Amino acid sequence: MDPGDKHRDDSWSIGLRRMLGRTANDLFWMSRYIERAENMARLLEVGYRIALLPREDGGQDEQWGSTLRSGGCERSYLAKYGSYATRDVVNFMLFDADNPSSVHSSLATARRNARAQRTALTREMWESLNSAWIEYSGIDPATLGSNALPPLFDWIKERSALFRGALLNTILRNDTFYFNQLGTFLERADNTARILDVKYYVLLPHSELVGGEIDSVQWAAILRSVSAHRSYRWVYKDSYKPWKVADYLILNRQMPRSLRSCYDEIVPALDELGAYYGNRNGCQSLAHANRQVLAEGDMNAIFQSGLHEFLGDFIARNNRLGSEISGTYHFTD
Amino acid sequence: MRDALTAAFDEMTGSGDTVRAPYAFVHEWLQAQEIDDLRRKRDDAEALFRRTGITFAIYGDDAATERLIPFDIIPRILSAAEWRRLAAGIEQRVRAINAFMYDIYHRQEIVRAGRVPEDLIIQNPAFVPDMMGVEPARGVYSHVIGIDLVRTSESEFFVLEDNTRTPSGVSYMLENREAMMHMLPELFARNRVRAVEDYPDNLRLTLESVAPAGLDREPTVVVLTPGIHNSAYFEHSFLADQMGVELVEGQDLVVVDGALMMKTTLGLKRVDVVYRRVDDAFLDPLAFRRDSVLGVPGIFDVYRAGRLTIVNAPGAGIADDKSIYTYMPDIVEFYTGRPPILKNVPTWVCRKPADLAYVLEHLSELVVKQVHGSGGYGMLVGPTASRDEIDMFRMMVKARPDRYIAQPTLALSTCPTLVEQGIAERHLDLRPFVLIGDRIRLTPGGLTRVALRQGSLVVNSSQGGGTKDTWVLQD
Repeated sequence: MDPGDKHRDDSWSIGLRRMLGRTANDLFWMSRYIERAENMARLLEVGYRIALLPREDGGQDEQWGSTLRSGGCERSYLAKYGSYATRDVVNFMLFDADNPSSVHSSLATARRNARAQRTALTREMWESLNSAWIEYSGIDPATLGSNALPPLFDWIKERSALFRGALLNTILRNDTFYFNQLGTFLERADNTARILDVKYYVLLPHSELVGGEIDSVQWAAILRSVSAHRSYRWVYKDSYKPWKVADYLILNRQMPRSLRSCYDEIVPALDELGAYYGNRNGCQSLAHANRQVLAEGDMNAIFQSGLHEFLGDFIARNNRLGSEISGTYHFTD
Repeated sequence: MRDALTAAFDEMTGSGDTVRAPYAFVHEWLQAQEIDDLRRKRDDAEALFRRTGITFAIYGDDAATERLIPFDIIPRILSAAEWRRLAAGIEQRVRAINAFMYDIYHRQEIVRAGRVPEDLIIQNPAFVPDMMGVEPARGVYSHVIGIDLVRTSESEFFVLEDNTRTPSGVSYMLENREAMMHMLPELFARNRVRAVEDYPDNLRLTLESVAPAGLDREPTVVVLTPGIHNSAYFEHSFLADQMGVELVEGQDLVVVDGALMMKTTLGLKRVDVVYRRVDDAFLDPLAFRRDSVLGVPGIFDVYRAGRLTIVNAPGAGIADDKSIYTYMPDIVEFYTGRPPILKNVPTWVCRKPADLAYVLEHLSELVVKQVHGSGGYGMLVGPTASRDEIDMFRMMVKARPDRYIAQPTLALSTCPTLVEQGIAERHLDLRPFVLIGDRIRLTPGGLTRVALRQGSLVVNSSQGGGTKDTWVLQD
């Protein structure tokens, strides 16, 4: 009866079923928003750390500007506050319900989706997310001193890790799992690409704009925001070099937040989803093509043809894949 | 305020100081407990409920959209013999209720026989004329029924209400047991308590058994919820999860070519049985309330064509109307040929002039309820009401007597309950859940609701009631 029965892999045949399109949509976005909450905490953690460094060049504004840009919320921030201030940025990215990507909003959306799809979640997943939300929504931002921020960033990352751990350890390996995987890794790829794109100029070799000590702080910051500042040295056995930093976050398949790694998760998730449902579709070819670009990519060539253009193109392809998945699996119709 | 406590039968100690047999061990155990330990266990249970999201919403209360129903750690216990009698009465009653509805929506013999007045049926807002002549699978209209019982003495139980539309609370029955077994395993080791955990399986079997005849495949069953803002949303998702079926909203369903379909990741899929937790009025904007966004346009036509089973059937509310309730003893006798095993509470029907006169004279002694109300909203408990409340009800009853019934204030039985001051007696009721499909499936026990305020007789969760685990002991 299903359109693509002939593609179905028999090993799935026990208990095979398909979920509501709305369920797929909610699961996908639940995982996206949890990943986003974590990324916001990471971005802010790094921005906050740099803000503590002594500066003479008045680069503080640019620092917060790029943090907000990486989080995709600079414009809405400026519309609300007009100028950069550490306390405002922190509030906006952590607690502001008007900012749809704040940690608060991300957890709220993830939890709302989870509540709507309780039946698709294991008890462990639901409890880890629900208790994170109960605890986080109980925080009064006004009472948080600056000393409380670093532990709070850690707490957010821990909560995200706990949820992912619960998911990986308890969820059935069927469509439920794959839609969650897709949400996580599309969001992560988008985030890593945006961090790089916002900072691409500090990675350009021979840049006239910057130099010296600040640069290496920036490179370290980029790596730090994806928890890669120590592993970098293990992999490259070298001090931070711009093209190696870019290579690490774009093409390296060992680095779990690199674009390549994200697609190494996305492609099998889509293939197995197709096998589970017994169909083959446009999302799969699009994802394979996106991975191909990364697998065959060469950092020198990318720098030659323009890092900014490469990243812009990648972000667009990644978004297109998102809407293709949503359309193919009837997320909203 | 007259204290109903002084006269009430206590589940643990009866009318005197002797401990009743079913409670022997729990009484002894309770004596040995420190109050603070019990409180801590109760708090642990409530923290667990909050974490697992066992919450409900109170309508008209924006501040706390998700609340816990307070849980009491001291169980309510029924002996095997007590339960056997209740079970027989419940089975008799639900058979009669379904036979009554079949009759009402077909030949209306009971009306022709003059046992139930015609206007009570046809002018009843719960009566759905479009159900006339419809043949539901296995002739069942109400597949899930919750019967509210109260006890007033060692041997007297009364039916307070028959919930034949979409009774809720079964998830609390199940989760209360989970919590108790988790926290107090020693109690279960020493008492032979009948399990309740097969309710979700029984519900699924019941739903599958009433799928439209002639399917050549496993029936596809779904649970239809109004959505996450509904007060019983947790229960809807809980039951769908426990049965392993999809939880759908109206927006997930569509009628195509005379069949009900759900929108899945691979397109449309046929649905055979809908366990709906959406009221009749909102089920189908083409057939009922046109402004409903919770339902599915055209679903009622699919149902009437016999291509879908809706559980409970549209129009099943006719049997849980409080004016019909007063005829229930007649109804049971008419369809089963035997006197009812479970008694009704004597009821004055204010539409009858003689009853009205009595009610107006005795408001301060009576419980007055709206005929079409539920959930403990808009009721008067005479003995505990203020003069102003009584005056207000007098005006309302006089203005629309047909909308009210009255009953004597029963001394509901009590059970020791952990409250602020320590352990004290609180009034309670019992809602057993019964499933009707290819056969009748009755879960031992049910949900015990307890009025947490001293002297209060209102057990509804929307009015500050709590719940207890309910045990039926094995012989």
